[in-house]
Amino acid sequence: MLSKSIHDIAASFSRRGVLAATAGLMLGLAPLTGAKAADDTIKVGVLHSLSGTMAISETTLKDTILFLIDEQNKKGGVLGKKLEAVVVDPASNWPLFAEKARELITKDKVSVVFGCWTSVSRKSVLPVFKELNNILFYPVQYEGEESERNVFYTGAAPNQQAIPAVDYLMKDEKVKRWVLAGTDYVYPRTTNKILEAYLKSKGVAQEDIMINYTPFGHSDWQTIVADIKKFGSAGKKTAVVSTINGDANVPFYKELGNQGIKAKDIPVVAFSVGEEELAGIDTKPLLGHLAAWNYFQSIKSPENEKFIKAWQTYTKNPKRVTNDPMEAHVIGFDMWVKAVEKVKSTDPDKVIDALPGIEAKNLTGGTSKMLPNHHITKPVFIGEIKANGQFDVVWKTPGLVAGDAWSKELDGSKDLIGDWVGKKCGNFNTKTNKCLGSGS
Amino acid sequence: MPTHLSARLCSLALSLFLIAFALPALAGPFEDAVAKFANDDYSDTDEAIGVVAASGNPLAFPIISALQDGRLMVDLDSKKVYVTGTDGKSIDAATGQAVASVPDSASAVRLNNRLRRSVDAALGSLTLQSPDVGTRLQAAQSVFKSHEETALEAVDAALAKETNRSVKAALGEARAAILLFKSDASEVEKLEAVATLKARGDQEAMALLTGMGDQPASVTKAAASAIGSIQSSLAIWSSVQNAWYGLSLGSVLLLAAIGLAITFGVMGVINMAHGEMVMIGAYTTFVVQEVIRTRYPALFDYSLLIAVPLAFLVAGAIGVLIERSIIRFLYGRPLETLLATWGLSLVLQQAVRTMFGPTNREVGNPSWMSGAFELGQITITYNRLWILVFTLAVFAILLAMLRYTALGLEMRAVTQNRRMAASMGIATSRVDALTFGLGSGIAGIAGVALSQIDNVSPNLGQSYIIDSFMVVVFGGVGNLWGTLVGAFTLGIANKFLEPVAGAVLGKIAILVLIILFIQKRPRGLFALKGRAVEA
Repeated sequence: MLSKSIHDIAASFSRRGVLAATAGLMLGLAPLTGAKAADDTIKVGVLHSLSGTMAISETTLKDTILFLIDEQNKKGGVLGKKLEAVVVDPASNWPLFAEKARELITKDKVSVVFGCWTSVSRKSVLPVFKELNNILFYPVQYEGEESERNVFYTGAAPNQQAIPAVDYLMKDEKVKRWVLAGTDYVYPRTTNKILEAYLKSKGVAQEDIMINYTPFGHSDWQTIVADIKKFGSAGKKTAVVSTINGDANVPFYKELGNQGIKAKDIPVVAFSVGEEELAGIDTKPLLGHLAAWNYFQSIKSPENEKFIKAWQTYTKNPKRVTNDPMEAHVIGFDMWVKAVEKVKSTDPDKVIDALPGIEAKNLTGGTSKMLPNHHITKPVFIGEIKANGQFDVVWKTPGLVAGDAWSKELDGSKDLIGDWVGKKCGNFNTKTNKCLGSGS
Repeated sequence: MPTHLSARLCSLALSLFLIAFALPALAGPFEDAVAKFANDDYSDTDEAIGVVAASGNPLAFPIISALQDGRLMVDLDSKKVYVTGTDGKSIDAATGQAVASVPDSASAVRLNNRLRRSVDAALGSLTLQSPDVGTRLQAAQSVFKSHEETALEAVDAALAKETNRSVKAALGEARAAILLFKSDASEVEKLEAVATLKARGDQEAMALLTGMGDQPASVTKAAASAIGSIQSSLAIWSSVQNAWYGLSLGSVLLLAAIGLAITFGVMGVINMAHGEMVMIGAYTTFVVQEVIRTRYPALFDYSLLIAVPLAFLVAGAIGVLIERSIIRFLYGRPLETLLATWGLSLVLQQAVRTMFGPTNREVGNPSWMSGAFELGQITITYNRLWILVFTLAVFAILLAMLRYTALGLEMRAVTQNRRMAASMGIATSRVDALTFGLGSGIAGIAGVALSQIDNVSPNLGQSYIIDSFMVVVFGGVGNLWGTLVGAFTLGIANKFLEPVAGAVLGKIAILVLIILFIQKRPRGLFALKGRAVEA
């Protein structure tokens, strides 16, 4: 606890560039908290923020990996060795993510890392994983436009979440007018660019699309909600596609509820709101608003019921919810274990080559597969918010959807593919038959 | 007389007979439709709603209102459909006969947004003649929204009987909406409809007029002029709306800054942990609500009233503790104070994170803080309104306290001239602690109000600290009135910029304006003059 606070203080100082020297001194102390372990274990790095703004989402993922390791060890570990978690706290501080990743790989000698939430944290650790040649499993839905040799993306690419959601609204709710509302950073901006191109390709006019960005943690939504209301009263069915992230969601939904915008009038489909986020809101006014994910806690399948039970027993909290990024970690962890057992080694090069093609059961009753572009196949579900904070699945894709590393909707990326099996390239241009290589 | 009586008895018997036997006779399509609820398929449910609503069967209303409330149960195995009443008793939906109990395997019929709209439309035409005025008004409004031709007859029938003025107006509007979209309505009827909608003059009326499709030329022309007049009236209302939003944002800024106006403005302590006092107030509200939820659920509407004094005490006590243990050693050393309070804010955040977990905590809105009312063409939400009232009340009380109480006098004396106040026999260190406690306590009260509109998470305070300093510095350090004017100026400026520049640019523009303003007037809007400034 104490060391964590010191650490936290240090992290915040260095973020602001104040007292960099002191911060450096303090950071030097931080590794003392890392676990010292015997050599007969396989170490698994956990790189999720346990303090700072992102702790709200990432703490659960840390617990998930600890839970999965615990379960695996009960089954006898991997290759006859026990797994051992090495947990570090990058404190929602993007440069610190890179430092902590380096520490995990060089000092703690982990075989694999599960971590990151925001895209900016992933971008921050990328060079470290490339340089030190290790493996990162990234469990969160993201904007795509990336395929790296050292990273395995177990969350949804835009074509596994955003595009199916828009399709649903277009077909089932007959939506003609679109509000694309997001927090002002890379994921919403890229996703909205893709969605805008997609909507226009479906014949939606420019005047029927309203794009709106708000700062992180925006809390006064009066004007924007009123604007949405106004935009929605042009005589055409309107929906909001929300890439609003994190803490800004609660005031947004509260304002929607208070201004009387019901889901049956203007539905909001969100890509960043799951069971965990809803746990902090009174959901009665939100009845019927939508979320698109690859997993919902309410989905009935034997795998899911077993998982929820084990998870609630492990956390000793019968009300603890599960969510989509957790499932991504479950799949990713299972795939990694299978790949290691296949090549009988934890050597990153061998595991990276073994992973594409590995299959693992997802929690919704299907089997996900790791693709050559390091993304996985996933089902897509649209859920409506229920009064108890859970989701009622109202639509799902007929089968599994393969994740596209490069969006087919954007001019710059529609000819690109990621293929680490045949082409050994993350951004292969199928028109020119050339690999763009790194630095693109 | 006897003939009369027997005639009555006869007709009574006949109607009983009709109820008893005519129902099953009619029940063919109705029963089929009810059975469709058991298919667990959205399209089938939608069809069933339409047939049941149009059937004229007395069970239609109980079935559809049960569907809306999640009380229409189906047993997927036996394909039987039940209506569970609000009193807990159940009937078989197809026959209306009472059943002892609904099987455990039964679950509520699922709805999605499309179906909820169908349910609203169906209930609308079914409840147009309900004895309750509120229900009738709501029914008329949902018919207005759905404006389906099939409802026209029911609207006309209700209109003939309606005596309540506002319901009558709503019915007239609903009728106009239906006629506008009815292909075989006469031109005269349509022109009347356009006039009715023009008189309604809100966004929904405009939506209908814009989306009405192909119409005779005269109707299109009338609609265009109606749209024009609605638009110009809405434009005026939208600036009224901006002003209201500005006041509301200003009140939130003021509430967050008012405690800082004491600790920073009056005492001169750069208190970076101010936001955390706000957060502690919000968590106090959470704890109060938790206790009320588990022990005394009936008191929920009073939870905020109970939380206000508690939040003041908790945050105030922590404030006194901080002042006694840390800040009193750092008076006159602003840089060290800044660093120490900044570190303290991180410690407090992490402490709360460890105690309550990193995720948001749910703080509910009491019923009097939920919802909104319409004032002309703008929507005013109750929570924002109450926060404005509350903020002004806190401000007035604080001002009165500083002006009229002995403690207020001592506070002003100590902050204006510490040595002279000490010579007059004032225990300056005690006053320091109390002043800091007062500022922190007020921040705690702010947390109670902010818990109603924002996340209750360990990061709550961080999002207000910058804004609070901005308001205090802009308004003029050491001047409560300056804080008031500063907060409302920033709020209103922000809300008039936002529609033009967007939320992100709007915020940047405000920061740039403040920087420029501070260059020109480094002491803020209302600079203190006199010797106190030099002290």
